[in-house]
Amino acid sequence: MSHVATVYVPSDAAALSVGAEEVARRVAQEATARGLAVSVVRNGSRGALWLEPLVEVAVDRTRVGYGPVDPEDVTSLFDAGFLNGGEHPSRLGEVELHPWFAAQQRLTFARVGIVDPTSLADYEAHGGLVALRRALTMTPEEIVDEVTLSGLRGRGGAGFPAGIKWQTVLSTDSATKYVCCNADEGDSGTFADRMLMEGDPLTLIEGMVIAGLAVGASEGLIYIRSEYPHAVRSMRAAVALATESGVLGSDVLGSGRAFEVVVRVGAGSYVCGEETAMLESLEGKRGVVRSKPPLPALAGLFGRPTVVNNVLTLASVPWIVSHGASAYQALGTGRSRGTQVYQLAGNVARGGIVELAMGVTLSELVEGFGGATRSGRPMKCAQVGGPLGSYVPASAFNVRLDYESLLETGGMLGHGGVVLFDDRVDMARQARFAMAFCAEESCGKCTPCRIGSVRGVEVIDRIVAGERRDEQVALLRDLCDVMTNGSLCAMGGLTPLPVLSALEHFPADFGLDTAEGDGRGIGA
Amino acid sequence: MALVRETDLGTPASPSTELVNVVVDGMAVSVARGTSVMRAANEAGAAVPRLCATDSLEPFGSCRLCVVEIEGVKGTPASCTTPCQDNMVIHTQTPMVETIRRGVMELYISDHPLDCLTCPANGDCELQDMAGVVGLRDVRYGYAGENHLAAKTDHSNPYFDFDASKCIVCSRCVRACDEIQGTLALTVEGRGFASKISAGGLNFLGSECVSCGACVQACPTSTLQEKRVVEIGLPTRSVLTTCAYCGVGCTFRAELRGDQLVRMVPAKSGGANEGHSCVKGRFAFGYATHRDRVTTPMVRDAITDEWRVVSWDEAITFAATRLHEIQDRYGRDSIGGITSSRCTNEEVFVVQKMIRAAFANNNVDTCARVCHSPTGYGLGQAFGTSAGTQDFKSVEQADVILLIGANPTDAHPVFASRMKRRLRAGAKLIVVDPRRIDLVRSAHVAASFHLQLSPGTNVGIVNALAHVIVDERLYDEAFIAQRCDDESFQRWLSFIARPENSPEVVAAIAGVPAEEIRQAARLFGSAVNGAIYYGLGVTEHSQGSTMVMGMANLAMLTGNIGRVGVGVNPLRGQNNVQGSCDMGSFPHEFSGYRHVGDDVVRASFEAAWATTLDAEPGLRIPNMLNEAVEGRFKAIYIQGEDIAQSDPNVRHVTRALSSMELVIVQDLFLNETAAYAHVFFPGTSFLEKDGTFTNAERRINRVRPVMAPRNGKQEWQIACELATALGYPMHYDDAAAIMDEIARLTPTFRGVSFDLLDRVGSVQWPCDDSHPLGTPTMHVDQFMRGLGRFTPTPYVATNERTTRTFPLLLTTGRILSQYNVGAQTRRTENSLWHPEDVLEIHEADATMRGVVNGEMVHVASRIGQTLLRAEVTNRVPPGVVYTTFHHPISGVNVVTTDLSDWATNCPEYKVTAVEVRPASEHYHIEPEDVAPALIQMARQIEENIPDLGEGSRAIATHLRRFWTVQMLAELSAYVLAHEEEFSTTLRDALNQVHEATAPATPSG
Repeated sequence: MSHVATVYVPSDAAALSVGAEEVARRVAQEATARGLAVSVVRNGSRGALWLEPLVEVAVDRTRVGYGPVDPEDVTSLFDAGFLNGGEHPSRLGEVELHPWFAAQQRLTFARVGIVDPTSLADYEAHGGLVALRRALTMTPEEIVDEVTLSGLRGRGGAGFPAGIKWQTVLSTDSATKYVCCNADEGDSGTFADRMLMEGDPLTLIEGMVIAGLAVGASEGLIYIRSEYPHAVRSMRAAVALATESGVLGSDVLGSGRAFEVVVRVGAGSYVCGEETAMLESLEGKRGVVRSKPPLPALAGLFGRPTVVNNVLTLASVPWIVSHGASAYQALGTGRSRGTQVYQLAGNVARGGIVELAMGVTLSELVEGFGGATRSGRPMKCAQVGGPLGSYVPASAFNVRLDYESLLETGGMLGHGGVVLFDDRVDMARQARFAMAFCAEESCGKCTPCRIGSVRGVEVIDRIVAGERRDEQVALLRDLCDVMTNGSLCAMGGLTPLPVLSALEHFPADFGLDTAEGDGRGIGA
Repeated sequence: MALVRETDLGTPASPSTELVNVVVDGMAVSVARGTSVMRAANEAGAAVPRLCATDSLEPFGSCRLCVVEIEGVKGTPASCTTPCQDNMVIHTQTPMVETIRRGVMELYISDHPLDCLTCPANGDCELQDMAGVVGLRDVRYGYAGENHLAAKTDHSNPYFDFDASKCIVCSRCVRACDEIQGTLALTVEGRGFASKISAGGLNFLGSECVSCGACVQACPTSTLQEKRVVEIGLPTRSVLTTCAYCGVGCTFRAELRGDQLVRMVPAKSGGANEGHSCVKGRFAFGYATHRDRVTTPMVRDAITDEWRVVSWDEAITFAATRLHEIQDRYGRDSIGGITSSRCTNEEVFVVQKMIRAAFANNNVDTCARVCHSPTGYGLGQAFGTSAGTQDFKSVEQADVILLIGANPTDAHPVFASRMKRRLRAGAKLIVVDPRRIDLVRSAHVAASFHLQLSPGTNVGIVNALAHVIVDERLYDEAFIAQRCDDESFQRWLSFIARPENSPEVVAAIAGVPAEEIRQAARLFGSAVNGAIYYGLGVTEHSQGSTMVMGMANLAMLTGNIGRVGVGVNPLRGQNNVQGSCDMGSFPHEFSGYRHVGDDVVRASFEAAWATTLDAEPGLRIPNMLNEAVEGRFKAIYIQGEDIAQSDPNVRHVTRALSSMELVIVQDLFLNETAAYAHVFFPGTSFLEKDGTFTNAERRINRVRPVMAPRNGKQEWQIACELATALGYPMHYDDAAAIMDEIARLTPTFRGVSFDLLDRVGSVQWPCDDSHPLGTPTMHVDQFMRGLGRFTPTPYVATNERTTRTFPLLLTTGRILSQYNVGAQTRRTENSLWHPEDVLEIHEADATMRGVVNGEMVHVASRIGQTLLRAEVTNRVPPGVVYTTFHHPISGVNVVTTDLSDWATNCPEYKVTAVEVRPASEHYHIEPEDVAPALIQMARQIEENIPDLGEGSRAIATHLRRFWTVQMLAELSAYVLAHEEEFSTTLRDALNQVHEATAPATPSG
């Protein structure tokens, strides 16, 4: 037998949660039973979560997809000759040509779901290490300039220009510097960091090494939330692979430059996704927010100059360095350049990863890609930017999803998470949830967040119960002012966004006259 | 004095010397770069509200009351965490920030008890103050929401309560424990609204908390509150004074309500402590008013009689009459006295003056004899001064700290906190100690090396360290060439290079691996700033003085003298041990360490005191005791020392005391020594004294009377009256007049006066015309003696050796909560932490002997036996046992021997061969005969006098300088009778002594 068929069954946690492991097992079992030579590759997920488990077969340099595949379907797939792309009810055709994928602009996620995350050869075959090899020929200043010119901004939520941050670390004199990757992806409805780490971990490592070369750091740390055991495993395996093969270590690709990466696991605190709390946690302390200044770029981990970037920021770097800043810069809108890895979740028909140039409208995203609600009911609103993001009513879905446009509406892009709701959602409960979430996750350091969030829940309860409603609404607004302007970090500072946007757009849910609005809404 | 509260500028001062200009509320102000906006605003007079900020702690930014607006800066930054930048325009009171502040305060109060009127902190509460400042008028959230009002109060600590219901979670206590104390006992447990301060463990008492009080000090509310404030109420006035425990010399505000002392609050203005304290100084002052205190004079004819309470006049007359009679009967030299390191400089000075002028002899010694006399001797030899070279603050710039025979976290806790702060900042630590002290490894502090040597082998180790540094040429040639005596260096160099000083040879003696010694030497030798700190674990050895010189050699060798961050620093045991030495308490020295044989110096005292003074050194304490046993020394005046408990070989001491005809004890309590006394003069506690203490960094601190003397007199008045009754009138108008006399007669104190101290707080001697504000760092451009002198320091094993009968080495030390013989601390709640002395014994030694943890054991030495409770531990290595000596009942000094430092007679407390057996076993060891002390000392001197190529002359010089005529005569008599037992060197030396002291004969 000369031909060995290659079957791809994702090992991504989302795919596993819908039975991918059993599918993979049955494919191997069935092949053996039938005497067929089949190689099962455990790739990451391409991010079309509604199609998982998405099984692919390599056919004539293309990949034909089948999905969602139930373990029970495996026999019929063999019967249908899926190893040669045979017809089957779940057959999706050539995956690349599927409109959901074809319409995307995958740069950061270019390899996710395609490569074998455990194979350096596969990684290199798909353009891996090109950027690092180029970076090794560049001066630190040239790398920083490249990143600055690309217009890349922090994808964790704050949107701070990555190049400027790197420049600060580069210009700060210190024998020891660090590159810290924030993989404490705690926002509800977000999963891009996880999928990248599970599906293409070497990209993140490559990005970190380049960051290290750029700023003069030789140690990198990846802080992964404890709720991501698969990502932890995948990253650790990739670090070991990269170290064995000389991508990491004392002599990166024979350059004489050193860079090591260690993986650290969080302890279940949302606030540790805030960069300074993450640094505290990495230092082995309680995860509470530090006051700034000093900026971590000047005095970060163990008081040393530190680059703190999100997974997506660092994972975008290899593409920028290999394709050039201008290619990246050419995408996007205004001061929001390049692509954004949007994550569609909630009550949505076609959820998953949608990477597009900055500036797509919310409507294009949730309706075009997402296919509106999964329940089929009318859309009521979407929360953009995680649990601290504002609720955008369906009537305002024409908003563009870039940093500036969202800011103008009083919202924020955050980590790119979009959660869709249908008309049955009670927005007073959502507002209460925002305060309760803050109370649950507050580190407790600053007063507005520590006490304010608890009082916020109580005040909303009184509003809903109709107790001195007008007075309590005024109090809620005052409380939100104190939290917004007085909190130490974004946790307390942004919690008012979902609360006030819910109040603003859906006063009826709070039992208020729709005429209640006093012009003090968040967008006002 | 009215109640003084120190100003709090909110955040610490910036060390920068560069200035930036900012405008605060329209007022221009220049501040050091790095100064916070909050501090700048405070300096400009525009106070910003705050709760979590205080200038003793790094800014934290949690309360959010201190928000301000800064032109060109987005939002409302916290002023505590925002550093000033040039030309910043700051607005501290805008509608925006005022709204935030009121809103934050509304949140605070929605979770706080509304019991201000009945709260012990009413009137002394920052939360209350801030509610007023921000103009809180209403709490619209009501008080029915989720809250902490039912949180329980932790009463477990004997000195303070923790009322969690009043806690605002500002973390000041946690940060104080971390940043100031360095114990890291406190933490915030949980998160968000559930965040609460936790001491870990069951409660405060059961935690790692060391009760330093830093958290209580830092708390802005009544959450952490002194029990005495709860019971008595808030103080109404305060007096700035100095702690009377260890040699750190912390400055405190004694806060009183009427004449009742409410609390002791460490003062930020204190040069030694800068606002920090320990459990003793902060809380353990209850002894001053303890019912055991005796406040009336008492006399009795025989120690078997009951005490008779008498008037001061009668007591003074009683004492004077008998002293006269004794001198008439037994000679002028038959009486003497001991000064106390617990008393003020003024009190000590007056007592030694009384002895020299009114007793008309030099039989004055001090309890420093038993602790730091080798420091005086060794540093005097090498540098020319008998004192540490640095101020405490210097440690903040040390890079490698060599800590030898000291346990600062227990014995000098406030200095230890400074040291730990520096270690946490990255300085390296080398510990040389037979026992694993806490600094070897505790929270965020770990020694790079712990050279766990056998007791008594310090000199071997210091020589080996120097040997490596010489061997590997890590020494500072330029410093030595410029600052040190070359001849002495060359001689020392050939000595230190000898193989006997190599780590390999020393390893076998000290039980420390050679490679560890080498690495430690490299670390110290390559330090930018290497600093040596040491304690009684250096001095209380038969080679104590040798070791002090060895450390001085090491410091000079590495150029670590004469600037901030380096030096050789004794950690003094008692509050005024430095001062009592400075004041002329030694039999051979006037104040300022000038020999009584120096005619010019003596003449200055004779002129000032209008009397003639003896040119011969008087008796040292051990000599007084020996003489007493021999029937030649008949009366003693003991100022504030309990020699029957604290001196070595207690049986010998009590025999000596019993054989005297008059023992005068001046103390707060009827101590162990008072059992042998005929006259008891009640003393004053430090709260009643007016004078000065000099701490281990030579800092002269004012001790101000907080309350009237309970005995009706200052202690210096007692000595004056006794001297007057003896026919030598002595009178001072006040303590300041005594200091004026000290300054007139003592060059290093020339510029000191109460007036100066009251103006500037404190000064470190030398304080004279060229150093009008004192001298924090000594030997900056040159040594006091000119060129630094290297002295060869051959290691000589102590005569105290283990044998089959006594196979273990006992060493002693201190514990945090107790102080010395415990006279004070045992009379406070501190005993809760340390109810009895225990014997630490290694598991292997314990198992071999059937010793069980927590059970009583016999501890027997060649000369005595006592009972202690055993603690089986691995803090001590096999072969070594350790105990404290805070409780008289344990009688540890019953077993310590007569051996002492060859140069100064400082007793060898730190090495005693013992055996340990379970108390259940019937076990008794007959004490062995102890060889006559003088012969032993002579042999020690012979072995230790450095090989200067002038053997017998050096010994002769030493003997002439430090021995009494009587001692010399006795030794000579013995040597003559047993010539064959002694070397020619020693015999020659004695001959030279006699030639020099014999009356001059006409030549030819």
